[in-house]
Amino acid sequence: MMYWPSRCVGCGACAEACPEGAIRMEAGRPVVARELCVVEADGSACIEVCPAEARTLVGRTVSVADVMAEVLRDRAFYDQSGGGVTFTGGEPLAQPDFLCALLRECRRFDVHSAVDTSGIADAWAVEAIAHLVDLWLFDVKIVDPARHMVLVGCSNQPVLDNLRLLAGRGCQIRVRVPVVPGINDSPSDLRDLARLLTSLPGGGLRRVDLLPYHESGIEKYARLGREYMLEGVGQANAEYVESIAGELRRMGLDVRTGGGW
Amino acid sequence: MNSRVSQLRHESLEAAPCISSERAELITQFVAGDRTASPVLRRARAFRRLMEKKTIYIGKGELIVGERGPAPKAVPTYPELCCHSLDDLELLHSREKIPFACPPDVRKVYEERIIPFWRGRSMRDLIFDEMTDEWKAAYEAGIFTEFMEQRAPGHTVADDKIYRKGFGHLRQEIAASLARLDYSSDPKAQAKSEQLRAMDICAEAICIFARRHAELAREMAVQAAQDGDLARAAELGRIAEVCSWVPENPPRDFWEALQAYWFVHLGVITELNTWDSFNPGRLDQHLYPFYKQGLACGTLTEESARELLQCFWIKFNNQPAPPKVGVTAAESGTYTDFANINCGGMTPDGQDGVNDVTYLVLDVIDEMRLLQPSSNIQLSAKNPDRFLKRALRVVRKGWGQPSIFNADTVVQEMLRVGKSLEDARAGGTSGCVETGAFGKEAYILSGYFNLPKILELALHDGKDPRTGRQLGPTTGRPGGFSSFDELMGAFRQQLHHFIEIKVRGNNVIEQLYARYMPAPFLSLLVDDCIARGLDYHDGGARYNTTYIQGVGIGTITDSLSAIKRHVFDGRQIGMGDLLAALDANFAGHERLRARLRDDTPRYGNDDDDADSIMKSVFHAFFGEVDGRPNTKGGRYCIDMLPTTCHVYFGSVTQATPDGRLAGEPVSEGISPVQGADRRGPTAVLCSAAKMDHALTGGTLLNMKFTPRLLEGEDGIANLAHLVRTYFKLGGHHVQFNVVNARTLLDAQAHPENHRDLIVRVAGYSDYFCDLSRALQDEIIARTEHESF
Repeated sequence: MMYWPSRCVGCGACAEACPEGAIRMEAGRPVVARELCVVEADGSACIEVCPAEARTLVGRTVSVADVMAEVLRDRAFYDQSGGGVTFTGGEPLAQPDFLCALLRECRRFDVHSAVDTSGIADAWAVEAIAHLVDLWLFDVKIVDPARHMVLVGCSNQPVLDNLRLLAGRGCQIRVRVPVVPGINDSPSDLRDLARLLTSLPGGGLRRVDLLPYHESGIEKYARLGREYMLEGVGQANAEYVESIAGELRRMGLDVRTGGGW
Repeated sequence: MNSRVSQLRHESLEAAPCISSERAELITQFVAGDRTASPVLRRARAFRRLMEKKTIYIGKGELIVGERGPAPKAVPTYPELCCHSLDDLELLHSREKIPFACPPDVRKVYEERIIPFWRGRSMRDLIFDEMTDEWKAAYEAGIFTEFMEQRAPGHTVADDKIYRKGFGHLRQEIAASLARLDYSSDPKAQAKSEQLRAMDICAEAICIFARRHAELAREMAVQAAQDGDLARAAELGRIAEVCSWVPENPPRDFWEALQAYWFVHLGVITELNTWDSFNPGRLDQHLYPFYKQGLACGTLTEESARELLQCFWIKFNNQPAPPKVGVTAAESGTYTDFANINCGGMTPDGQDGVNDVTYLVLDVIDEMRLLQPSSNIQLSAKNPDRFLKRALRVVRKGWGQPSIFNADTVVQEMLRVGKSLEDARAGGTSGCVETGAFGKEAYILSGYFNLPKILELALHDGKDPRTGRQLGPTTGRPGGFSSFDELMGAFRQQLHHFIEIKVRGNNVIEQLYARYMPAPFLSLLVDDCIARGLDYHDGGARYNTTYIQGVGIGTITDSLSAIKRHVFDGRQIGMGDLLAALDANFAGHERLRARLRDDTPRYGNDDDDADSIMKSVFHAFFGEVDGRPNTKGGRYCIDMLPTTCHVYFGSVTQATPDGRLAGEPVSEGISPVQGADRRGPTAVLCSAAKMDHALTGGTLLNMKFTPRLLEGEDGIANLAHLVRTYFKLGGHHVQFNVVNARTLLDAQAHPENHRDLIVRVAGYSDYFCDLSRALQDEIIARTEHESF
């Protein structure tokens, strides 16, 4: 559940409504004892009573038909621009069957589809949908396995395997690298990246998108009451990212910055 | 731009608008001493007097010549239409925004001669004398406004005839029409004869006016030669040659074409203070033959054509809108006079109308960055993307020009009301967004209509809660409505009542203009006034349309949607509680207000529930207005545009059920309520496209983007897709503001640093710092889209 301080009118309705007594008002603002809070999938009392939509449930249960209805609303625009839908997350491959059903529907309605993935997924899940995806937006955070283990908390073996798998099948792939200053952009990180991409099956990939690290997640973590672990890293400004891009270009890659098309 | 243009532009920007009493004096003197019985002949002779006597001005370095006043930005007045009081003149002189300097000698003339002569005799006096008490009560309550109380109906645009025919030719047509009159079987023959003779006098008068410029240019050429400035002497010689040829004869080259139009323009805006001034319409298509021929024979280059166009542009900027009187003078905040140049679109035979001059015009718009003239592109599916993208690169710079129209929908709108395909394709849009058959139609905006106020009356049994006055019929106490449909029924009854009052008033005013204030010069320019022997104000035009402009569709939709959801469907809020909260302006009802605002399906989110309410309000308004006959043999249509009236209408409307507070602006054009659209620009466009635009004579949609979103070629391509898609869905018009809310807030705080900041208001652009605070706030509040 997210709490939006800017929307809150401080009326106290949520504190009155909470059956667990998890909310108390302090100086006209609700404070939640997260350990007492029980979020119901179909909405909680505090969300219901809030007149200002200051509490929102992130995520909801939807059917394939629901998602497609939303996707098809903008169909006139896709027809004009050649655009389409991007499944992103979270991690869309965390729900492989649902994703597969959606992709099948996209094919049926002739809507271009892109899947934005961390690559951390079972090979069979990737295999299952590879023929239905028009474009992969594939994150490579860091190539060095040990550093990946430390920074991301898991092995990057599946990432590399899946990337090779897709490249070998001739899929459309756009590799995207979040540039976090001082974390994943050392000269050796860049060399590893270039080596990985150029050695991929099917002749190697040259195109890579650099996504400058930004801090808009900080507020989101705060709204969710979660700890933010990159505090103090600092945003990657355009100049900095351009310098990284320059280095990668010298290694023979076709680099775009900012994630645009 | 070259140094000549740069200097002229600088002078135009620096010139301080002031009031000139010359026209008022000439008119007053003429009318006082004239004994002509026929109103139209009297008007024609008055026009000739103006053309013969008014000061002629040719500025240093100018190539296109002629001013409406005695000098750039010296604005004449029109006391025969509405006469400024001394208080008005003081207010115009001293107000902080949009001032007009009014020197003591002007005030003296007004006090001694103009005011005593015109008091009680102007059109404005005549109109208010003839309006019913009911009309006045509705007008004062802010249910509708009245366009014709201070300015004359114009609302028309030139076609290509002045480039094909000189006024000499028009005089031959008049003679032929006179010769055809059949006095024994046509009871109107005498009236037609007077009209045609009046038009002939006006045709002669405009040629006299041009020749006076030729004479002055010749004198100045001699002087320049004596001073040793041989280059300027040659230019002045050329100006003299041009002005002695056009507009009496058809123009022979690019320069003459522009000068011919400019004399015509001055004629129209000197005869009367016509709404939307006047406008050359499809300038690129009109000029293209001259451009091509000039390049072919080597008398013109792209550069010289550009320079002439730029000189032409500056002439428009030298003519601020004539200042108003009374309350309107206090409120009206713009120098813009709504000349709105079209380019692109289709040719009359249905082909892609974009040509080399189109791109030249877009370059000129880009480079000149002037408030006036306004400019727009007519975008047909047949036009190349190169054209749209070139225009969007200008749009991206963020000062609101050009606006973008769907040429294919515009044609459909005209075909629906019976115009010929060829006339429709040669037409376009003028003023803010109004559709018209150029050179063939009088399409008169008669007033804005406050839709949310009508709902307010339906919720108060016909009583205006602001004044406690019973304005409308009693349509039932709202507590007694057992369904949403009953509420809609009450709304329809109120709507019917006030549209009837408005139309009745319009019928009277149209006839007053036809009888007492004909426009024989303007009639020369609009087919088929000469052939019919009828005035522009009296049904002489081939097509005659009267518009009523609906305002606040977003506010009323969201208000009805809130009532439907919370009072009738959910039954969580009682009607009595809702009305009590509205009467209290939500004081003590903050929770209720938040619920109404945030937990209601709202227009602009592609939400079918909300959008279907929008459609039913739209169809109620359309059904009430469309197709009613006007006094000129034409018909009524609707427009959905506000100019700045949504601010005024908001000021007279109490809190609304969508959570809007009393006095805040209502929504503008067909844009969603400020901040109500939360699902991005594609959802806004999908919602807006659910309105059947082809049933209107124009709709206005504003969107605001942050500059970052439109960066690079991707930004242009994305914006082009957005426009093309909206138009494919049938949208009529869209315009963009490309500026950060942060910049605007800074401009409010430090206007001195942002004097040159131009923003799109509604159908026109204006200096942000010149806008009223309320309008500034409203523009800032419009949702700023950060992603597509």
